Amino acid sequence: MKYLHLLWASLFRKRARTVLTLLSIAAAFCLFGMLDAVRIAFNGPENINGIDRMVVASRFSIIQSLPLSYAGRIQTVPGVKLVSWANWFGGIYQDEKNFFANFAVSPESTLDANPEFVLSPAEREAFLSTRTGAIVGATLAKRFGWKLGDKIPLKATIYPNKDGTNTWIFDLVGIFHASEPKLRNLERQMLFRYDYFDEGRTFEQGTVGWYTIRIDDPGRAEEIARTIDRMFANSPDETRTDSERAWELSFAKQIGDIGLIVSAIMAAVFFTLLLLTGNTMAQAIRERIPELAVLKTIGFSNRGILALVLAESALLLVLGGLLGLLLTRVLLPVFAAASEGRFDFVLPPQTWLSGVGLMLTFGLAVGLAPALRAMRLRIVDALAGH
Amino acid sequence: MENLAEVRNLSKVYRRGSQNVEVLHHVNLDVPKGDFVALMGPSGSGKTTLLNMIAGLDAPTDGSVTVAGRRIDQLSTDELARWRAGNVGFVFQLYNLLPMLSAQKNVELPLLLTRLDGAQRRRNAGIALKLVGLEARAAHKPSQLSGGEQQRVAIARAIVSDAPLLVCDEPTGDLDRQSAEDVLALLQQLNREHGKTIVMVTHDPKAADHARRVLHLDKGTLVDGQVS
Repeated sequence: MKYLHLLWASLFRKRARTVLTLLSIAAAFCLFGMLDAVRIAFNGPENINGIDRMVVASRFSIIQSLPLSYAGRIQTVPGVKLVSWANWFGGIYQDEKNFFANFAVSPESTLDANPEFVLSPAEREAFLSTRTGAIVGATLAKRFGWKLGDKIPLKATIYPNKDGTNTWIFDLVGIFHASEPKLRNLERQMLFRYDYFDEGRTFEQGTVGWYTIRIDDPGRAEEIARTIDRMFANSPDETRTDSERAWELSFAKQIGDIGLIVSAIMAAVFFTLLLLTGNTMAQAIRERIPELAVLKTIGFSNRGILALVLAESALLLVLGGLLGLLLTRVLLPVFAAASEGRFDFVLPPQTWLSGVGLMLTFGLAVGLAPALRAMRLRIVDALAGH
Repeated sequence: MENLAEVRNLSKVYRRGSQNVEVLHHVNLDVPKGDFVALMGPSGSGKTTLLNMIAGLDAPTDGSVTVAGRRIDQLSTDELARWRAGNVGFVFQLYNLLPMLSAQKNVELPLLLTRLDGAQRRRNAGIALKLVGLEARAAHKPSQLSGGEQQRVAIARAIVSDAPLLVCDEPTGDLDRQSAEDVLALLQQLNREHGKTIVMVTHDPKAADHARRVLHLDKGTLVDGQVS
């Protein structure tokens, strides 16, 4: 600690250069924090115990359907309280630019399994009793100016209608709200009845995209998931039962291997950072050769000089890095709010730890060459300006 | 009087390109404790090289250097660094203060290598600055001080560890006449009142007049005051 003032003064000897370098490091580590938060958000929880709602989908692909007959069999698994199902429809309203998520769902069990969809009792009743009925989120209704009683035509992109057209007409019978502000993203979707959809489509009748189940004991989630998947093992339609979150993220992962993308970006950023800070440190030490010679003259050992330069370099990286991660800490809640509950971006202790580890590693790496040069200085040559 | 430094048969050869250049040639010198020696001579005569050998900054090609009873020519680089920290204070022509540190912090630098705590380091540095008459400028950076004041800070740094030997390489070479006089008077005071042994390299005969002895080097050989 007694050398801290010396390190600090050396670091800020050229204030403008050091501040600019610190900002570069902060930007790199801010990006690191953000991307690591994205990676974590996309990886989801590994342990599903403690979760009372799970998704049963095809083990092989999110686009592969499961037989509707699985519903009854899943319902027989001890601990399963409720089984609902859904199918992606992918309909377009008027123009492709108007994209929003739309699903065919088992009406009653879906509303029971998802209490975060808040409907008035009358609207719920209308949805359960109207075969062509559809409900939409308040955000979506507002976007297109829809009101109850409107007929909403969707153009099918996957499932043509049996009537020979690609158009499906739905009656808007309910407008739901999300139960919490952070779930506002739910209000961007449309749900309609599975029976109407299944009877009207021309292929894949009797299949569903996935099941959503509720269980009575969250502590047994892992066990129940294993029981369900074992039940359908070695069948043509094997299942994978997982948390709802992990399943949602599997959709997002369709864009590629998020971990690999994040690693590739960070490798490029940190490589640039190494070159930049390495150059800064080399320049800073080159300018201070006479001062380092003075320190050696008055009794600082070669190893002492080596340690001072390495510590200075590590301090530069740690200062900039911590600044960057603090910035991430401030920005992540903003992005999480902007995603309207879709992603819960967090900066866990592991990210801070690995960040500090990287800062120290890079600090030592960029400081090593100038530190060795400083250590090997011959005092008489350096004082003579050679 | 007991010798603080003894130089015996000292030679130094530098290699320049394909040629060997002998800078010092079998030099013998005794510096008694409490002495104030001025080394004079033309450029290239080996004054600074001899000073560097006595201060443990450079190693001889041949011969021995004993300071305070220790053969410093036989010490390793790290041993020499430790030895310098406790035995030698340095004053350079261009002051060589660290520009980003205050006068106080510059003077404290050698004390970082001791076991003294922060308060003791501050106190000792304060005493040294007071001795050179700059206690009021302790918080000033070198760029805020005149040349003479910077050199006095450098002298405070040289004496703060209470090293018995002060080596000064052209300490007045970059100063105006008045500042040079002040610095030389200060060195004289340190020699007479505080018993510091001083070896000073200078071109300036007026500066050399402040020493107790003046020795002349020419072509790597002491031409007077040499012991056999």
